[in-house]
Amino acid sequence: MNAPLRRVGVVVMVLFGLLFANLNWVQAYKGNDYRTSPYNGRVQIDEYDRQRGYIMVSNPGSKPVALSTATKGNLKYLRSYPAGAAYAHVLGYKPVNGSATGVEQLENDILSGTSDKLFADRLRDIFTGSHTAGGNVTLTLSKTAQDTAYEQLVKNKLGVKSGAVVAIDPNTGGILAMASFPSFDPNLLVSHDGKADASYKKLEGQAGNPLLNRALQETYPPASTFKVLVSAAALSANKNPDTPLQAGPGYQAPGTSHIIRNATSSTCPEDQVTLKEALTVSCNTAFARLGVELGSQRLNDTARAFGFYDDSLRVGNLSATDRGLRVAESVLGPLTTSSGGDDKPNIAISSIGLNEVRVTPLQNAMVAASIANDCSQMRPYLVERLVGPDLTTGLYSAAPKELRRSCTPSEAAQLREMMVSVVENGTGKSAKISGYVVGGKTGTGTADEEANAGSDGWFIGFAMKDGRAVAAVAVILDDAGKGGSGEAARIAGLVMKGVIEDKGGK
Amino acid sequence: MTTPHTAPPAAAAAAAVPDTPMAAKPSLLRLDPAARRVRRTELWLLLLAMAMVAGYLAAVEANMLDTVTMDFWYPAGVLTAVFLALHVVIRLRAPFADPVLVPTVALLNGLGVAFLRRLDLGRAKIDERPELAIFAGDGGKQLLWTLIAVTGAMVLLWFVRDHREVSKFAWTLGLAGIVLVMLPAVLPGSVSEVNGAKLWIRFGSFFAIQPGEFAKLMLLAFFAYYLVRKREVLALASRRFLGIDFPRGRDLGPVIVVWAMSLLVLIFEKDLGTSLLYFGMFVVTLYVATERVSWLLIGLVLFAGGAVLAYVLAGAVGGPFTNFGQRVDIWLDPFADPYVRGWQLTQSLMGLGTGGMFGTGPGAGNPLLVPEVRNDFIFAGMGEEVGLFGLTALLALYLLVVSRGLRAALAVRDSFGKLLAGGLAFTLALQVFVIIGGVSKLIPLTGQTTPFLSAGGSSLVANWLLVALLLRISDAARTPASTGGVRR
Repeated sequence: MNAPLRRVGVVVMVLFGLLFANLNWVQAYKGNDYRTSPYNGRVQIDEYDRQRGYIMVSNPGSKPVALSTATKGNLKYLRSYPAGAAYAHVLGYKPVNGSATGVEQLENDILSGTSDKLFADRLRDIFTGSHTAGGNVTLTLSKTAQDTAYEQLVKNKLGVKSGAVVAIDPNTGGILAMASFPSFDPNLLVSHDGKADASYKKLEGQAGNPLLNRALQETYPPASTFKVLVSAAALSANKNPDTPLQAGPGYQAPGTSHIIRNATSSTCPEDQVTLKEALTVSCNTAFARLGVELGSQRLNDTARAFGFYDDSLRVGNLSATDRGLRVAESVLGPLTTSSGGDDKPNIAISSIGLNEVRVTPLQNAMVAASIANDCSQMRPYLVERLVGPDLTTGLYSAAPKELRRSCTPSEAAQLREMMVSVVENGTGKSAKISGYVVGGKTGTGTADEEANAGSDGWFIGFAMKDGRAVAAVAVILDDAGKGGSGEAARIAGLVMKGVIEDKGGK
Repeated sequence: MTTPHTAPPAAAAAAAVPDTPMAAKPSLLRLDPAARRVRRTELWLLLLAMAMVAGYLAAVEANMLDTVTMDFWYPAGVLTAVFLALHVVIRLRAPFADPVLVPTVALLNGLGVAFLRRLDLGRAKIDERPELAIFAGDGGKQLLWTLIAVTGAMVLLWFVRDHREVSKFAWTLGLAGIVLVMLPAVLPGSVSEVNGAKLWIRFGSFFAIQPGEFAKLMLLAFFAYYLVRKREVLALASRRFLGIDFPRGRDLGPVIVVWAMSLLVLIFEKDLGTSLLYFGMFVVTLYVATERVSWLLIGLVLFAGGAVLAYVLAGAVGGPFTNFGQRVDIWLDPFADPYVRGWQLTQSLMGLGTGGMFGTGPGAGNPLLVPEVRNDFIFAGMGEEVGLFGLTALLALYLLVVSRGLRAALAVRDSFGKLLAGGLAFTLALQVFVIIGGVSKLIPLTGQTTPFLSAGGSSLVANWLLVALLLRISDAARTPASTGGVRR
């Protein structure tokens, strides 16, 4: 029986040889694939073993708005957002499962410490065996403005359920405030206890879609705020604030039976008003007629010059303009007929910001910002500075960039003059700030221009001091109904006051 | 050949002493010089093995507690004590037994305990880790089971003075074996089913045994006995077909019975691994007994045919074959359904791959991410921390045990001993192949314990009894013709 026993020995050797060869395949040849596989939970554990960097607002000395603290769990560092819902759409969140959003995603390499810029720290870690924290991000946000923006949206006097605020520094393009309401508590989405997925599902299905960043990703009819753009188009066509326009209680565009009327019967009932007067009282009939006169080409060109039709815009870090928070495209809608000529009925309604004109709150803020900055529209951004784990080594500092020229400086001055008149004498009085020159434009409307109930309330505007722009802002209260634009103007004033307060009154 | 009982030729000096074991019980000091040399080797190897286990435990603490507490050597100390006791029993009862077997198995067993303790530490909260009691958790339980298992081995060595005594109970063992195999299939699922396999008998919620682990040994003893009696008939009476000698139909009876039994196990206990194990065990002992390659061919064809048929039936009729079909599909592409069905296998591969060549070091990995890491997937869990080099060393340890078993089979003089030792060694090798091949995606995964490593009392006790049998047979094989006059 010894011969077969020996052969059994050979079989055993073969079996073990197969095991050995296969282990070589799995552990040595395929090892790296498995080590870095998305199915490998260890990748995540390593990631959470390093303290993620802070995210801070621009105010010196203020507390971080995103930080990581050590826990005793399997995943060591827990991300938390002390400022909660007010900053949720800007900061985003870094969930245990799935990818990050907002600035957390944009600057993930710096925050997680994997960026090439932090190579020296990683190299040192290899020798010391420690895990140096990730780098830190400082945002352009102004704390008081941001807090005010969200708080005022939540506590608006009309009980409006959704809205957005964007405030921009017109000189740099830095975002000073960006709030979207309703919002969510990002802390629920980053917990390690396995409840984060359920929280996400709940938010996803919630009425009002709190996960949506309305400031960037939702478009609204700009309503009467669009008259600022039509005014800019008129100036480019050699008109000026004193150019008389035909007004009156109603306007019937050629080729339609539809009559465009004013918001109230006391609004520009006279036959003739100047451009400045028309904007100040928000005269629908004058602007509808003006738009038809200017034509689709000029309206489109002006809109593009102020940032419409730009679907490549990303708000984030100026060193990589192809990355950042995505911005929905703002559009005018169709203004020509199928044969290519002007569709006058459509242009008439579009000229008062209704029909199929759609803007994001950011786009509308950028219109105001450009006008405040002599029509030099700066590229909007959020990341002001990146610093190393030691909080002192500078890794990046934003250098503001001009995005486009929207009009000439003299046209900008004329637009400012007209918008200041709106706040001083017209519909935007609630936005006044004592000691500052405030200009703006209100807007009220839905796709149906005569239905004031259930319509959006808009305000766009800027604040200046000594000829220099301090802030530009856009506020929208969705479905605000009567008094919506006045409330929007009031909030805009408070947000700009917040910016002024953070700048020490300068 | 009838009951094999031909005593080895006694030496001249021994002739005067009758075959009465108790009459001349040797003291430790009066060992034969050759036996003393062998046992000294065993002792040093054992101490070396235990030093390695202690080293592993210390490395685990260094990585997981950032310090080495003074408790790290407690488990190693308990293990050393119990293995030393076994060593003493071997000195008394099997002084010529192979000196490599016990240290090798002790090292595997000790590393298993150390790794299970490491898993317990991983599950505990960080600040509670230093207080983990020695007999707490899976590691502590395994330590206790080791005490029981080694005691079982000592009892077997003490009372079974000659492996041929086992053959006297062959029919009883065979019958008991079949009953134990069938029992979980007959019992209601609430008592016998764990994780989809009906392999258990549960006593309450805290204690369960896997009767199959013991049935394996009993059936093997019966096979060896039956085949030694039948080998001439099976070997000689044959028909020639296609140049190969095939056995007569009626002699095929028992083979068919065992084959059918394995299929029943496969279907009703949903356990491909165990069925493969029984069948392989039987075919190989049959082949060794008859020296006829035709048996191997028949066995292979039957098994391959059965497996293919089961897979086809899984697709066609489902029912009891579904489980098997799913396992094959997972094996073919575990990433097709990586989070649900493929989860175990993909995570096992992640663990192995993360370990790479050198591993993360004991205690420095995340083996708890691998499902069932304390049982079926312990090899993958260890693979993350000891790497390819460490796993290769573990494979070498298993190979060493198997080769020592086969060596005992080659050297022992009686047919029953040869078949039993050969069968035991091959069964161990096959089990290692089935489970390690399964967790590393060489073959479809089937639930099996990893001998001596996996948490679980039944497996540990049964495998230590297997080692005791091999020790007993190797002692018989290595006892020189002149032993100084004592026939133990």
